[in-house]
Amino acid sequence: MVQILDPLLIVALALNFVALGVSRIRGVINAVALQGALLGTFPLLVHPDIGARGVLLVVVTLVLKGLVIPAFLVHAMREANIQHEVRPVINYMSSLLLGAIGTGLAMVFSNTLPLADQHRDLLLVPASLATVWTGFLMLTTRRKAIMQVLGYLLLENGIFLFGLLLLEAMPFLVEVGVLLDLFTGVFVMGIIIHDISREFASISTEHLTELKE
Amino acid sequence: MIYLLILFPLMMAAVTFALPSNRWRPWLLPVGALGHLSLVVMMIFRLGEPATVSGLGGWLLLDALGKVVLGFLSVLFFLCALYAPGYLTYRADRPNRVFCANLFMALAMMTLVALSHHLGLMWVAMEATTLVSAPSIYFNHNARSLEATWKFLLIGSVGIALALFGSFFLAYASLRSGLESTLLFDQLIDVAPKLSPQWLHAAFVLLFIGYGTKMGLAPMHTWKPDAYGEAPGIVGTLLAGGVTSCAFLAILRVYQICRAGAEAEFARQIMIFIGLLSMAVAAVFMARQRDFKRMLAYSSVEHMGILVLGIGIGGLAVYGALLHLINNGLTKGVLFLSAGNIHRAYGSKLTDDVRGAIQRVPLSGALFLAGFLAITGSPPFGPFVSEFTIMNAAVGSGQFLAGGLFLLLLGIVFIGMGSTVLSVVQGEAPSQKQKNGFRDNISTGAPILLFMALVLLLGLYIPPPLESLLREAAAFLEVKP
Repeated sequence: MVQILDPLLIVALALNFVALGVSRIRGVINAVALQGALLGTFPLLVHPDIGARGVLLVVVTLVLKGLVIPAFLVHAMREANIQHEVRPVINYMSSLLLGAIGTGLAMVFSNTLPLADQHRDLLLVPASLATVWTGFLMLTTRRKAIMQVLGYLLLENGIFLFGLLLLEAMPFLVEVGVLLDLFTGVFVMGIIIHDISREFASISTEHLTELKE
Repeated sequence: MIYLLILFPLMMAAVTFALPSNRWRPWLLPVGALGHLSLVVMMIFRLGEPATVSGLGGWLLLDALGKVVLGFLSVLFFLCALYAPGYLTYRADRPNRVFCANLFMALAMMTLVALSHHLGLMWVAMEATTLVSAPSIYFNHNARSLEATWKFLLIGSVGIALALFGSFFLAYASLRSGLESTLLFDQLIDVAPKLSPQWLHAAFVLLFIGYGTKMGLAPMHTWKPDAYGEAPGIVGTLLAGGVTSCAFLAILRVYQICRAGAEAEFARQIMIFIGLLSMAVAAVFMARQRDFKRMLAYSSVEHMGILVLGIGIGGLAVYGALLHLINNGLTKGVLFLSAGNIHRAYGSKLTDDVRGAIQRVPLSGALFLAGFLAITGSPPFGPFVSEFTIMNAAVGSGQFLAGGLFLLLLGIVFIGMGSTVLSVVQGEAPSQKQKNGFRDNISTGAPILLFMALVLLLGLYIPPPLESLLREAAAFLEVKP
C-alpha cells in the first residue's frame, strides 16, 4: 500500500486529540468532520484505480461526513440552544492522557496482531484501533447527548479505517448502505437531541436517569 | 418474487404514510400484514409456480434457517397488526402516521435480515431495524419514553458498530489466509476451514457482542428494561419477538461459519456462559420487580439467554432453541399485549397501584396469568416443550453443570416473576379514581387469545410442516465441516 497514507493517518490521529481536548462543541464537530472527510479520500489513495463507482463513493462520503452531518449537528445545536462548553465528566487533561495511553496501546497491540504481510508496517491498523478507542472514550466520558453522537461518529471513523484493508471485499452497495445508516442514525439522534432539550431545557444526559433499578 | 417480500411492506409503509385519516390508517396494518403473511407462506411452501428463492446475485436467499425466522416474523407481525386498530382507537389523541408507517418499515427491514446472505447487507438491515423502531418507542412523547429512546438508539448503534467491526475482521480472516475476501455466507462457510483462527475468534467475539447487544443478552442488556418498559405493548412484542429473533439469526449465521471452521467449541463455550449469565441477571432483577412491564423486559433477557444456551449445548438443543424462538416470541405477544391492556385500565404499571386485574379486566388479567405460566415453562404450553428439549439435550450429552444451572435459574425466575404477576392479578381492585374507560373488548382481546391459542397448540402438538421446517433448519445449522 502507498506510503503517502502514513502522514495523513498521523493527521487523523492528531484530530482525535483535538476532539478530546477542545472545550467548545463547535471545535469538536469541526475536528470530527475534518477527520471524516480526510478518511473519505483514502480509498482513492489506497486504490487509485477503483473506477467510477469508487469515485462516487468517495464523493458521497466527503459530502456526508464532511458537510451534511456536521452542518446538521451545528443546526441541531443552534435549534436546541445548547451551551457551547463540552463539560466532560473527567477533565480535559485526563481525557488527553487516556487518549494517549489508548493510542500507545493500540500501536503495541497492532504489532502482535497476525496481520497479512503487506499490512504489517502500516499505520492503518493502529490508527483504526486508536480512533475506535477515542470514540469509546468520548461516548463514556461526555455528558451531553451531542457529544455522544460525536463519539459514535469517531467510532465509525475508526471502523472505516479498518475497512480500507478490505476495499475489494466490501462491495459498493454495502458501503453506501453503511453511510446511509450512519447518516440516518445521526439524523434520528439529532431529532431526539432537540426533544431532549425541549423536555429538560438542557441536553445533558444527566437528566436521563429516571429509568433505573 | 423474493424482492416482493421486502418491497410490499415498503410500499404499504408509503401508502400508510400518505393516508390522511388518523382514524382509518391503523386498519391498513392488518391488511398489509395479511398480504405479507400470504407472500411468506407462498414462498416457504413454494405454492404455485416454482418460485426463485434467491436474488441480487446470491445476496438474498431463503434458506432453511431463514424460513423458520421469516415465517415466525410474519405470523407475529400479523397478530400484532390485528391488535393495532383496537389499541390506536384508545390512543386517538396521538397522531399515528409515523407510528404505523414505521411498523411496516420495521417489517420490511426484519424481512431483509431474514433473507440476507451477505454479512454486510445483513448489518445494514439490522441497523435499519434499530433506526425505524426508535420513533415507535417514543410514541408517548414524554420524558421517560425520551430517555428510553435515547438509550435504545445509542447503545443499539454502538453495539451494531462493533458488529460491523467484527464483520470486517471476518473478511480480513479470509484475506489473511491468502483467499479472496468475501462476506457472502456460503463462500465464507466453504473457505471456513482455511480461515485464520485468531481473526475468526476475534470476529466471533465482536459479532457476538454486537448482535448480542441487539438481542439484549446480559451484560449488554441495559437498554432493554427502559425501552420495553416505555414502549407501547405492540412495539414491545415486535421488539421482544421480532428484532431479537433477527439478531439471534445473525449470531446463528456467524456461529455456522465458526462451526465450519472447526472453531465451534470456542463459540459454544462463550454462548453457554453468556446464556447462563443472562438468565442469572434476569432472575436477580425480576425478583421484587415493581414495574410489571420492566419485569417482562427481564423475562426477555432470560429467554434470549436460553436461546444462546440451547445453541451452546448443541445437538438436540439446537432444535429446542429454534422451537423456543417461536414459543418465546408468541408468549411475549400474550404478555406484552395483556400487560398493555392492564396498564391502560389502571393508568399505572407499578404493582403498588395495580391489583385485582382479574376483576377489572377479566380477560386481560387471565391472559396475563396464563402467559406467565406459559413463559415460565409450565405444561401444557409451548415453552415447556422447548425448554424440556434443551434440558434433555444437556443431560443427554453429559453437560450436567449447564443443565443443572439452567433448571435452577428457571426455578428462581418462576418464583420471582410469580410474586409480581400474582400481585397484579389477584387481590381487591383499588376503587377507581378516574374513569378512563378502558374495558376488555373484542378488538384488544381477540388477538391476544389467538397468540395464547398458538402457544397452547405448540405445547400439545407441533404441526408436521413446522416440525419439518425446524428439523431442516437444525440440520442446516449443525452441518458438519
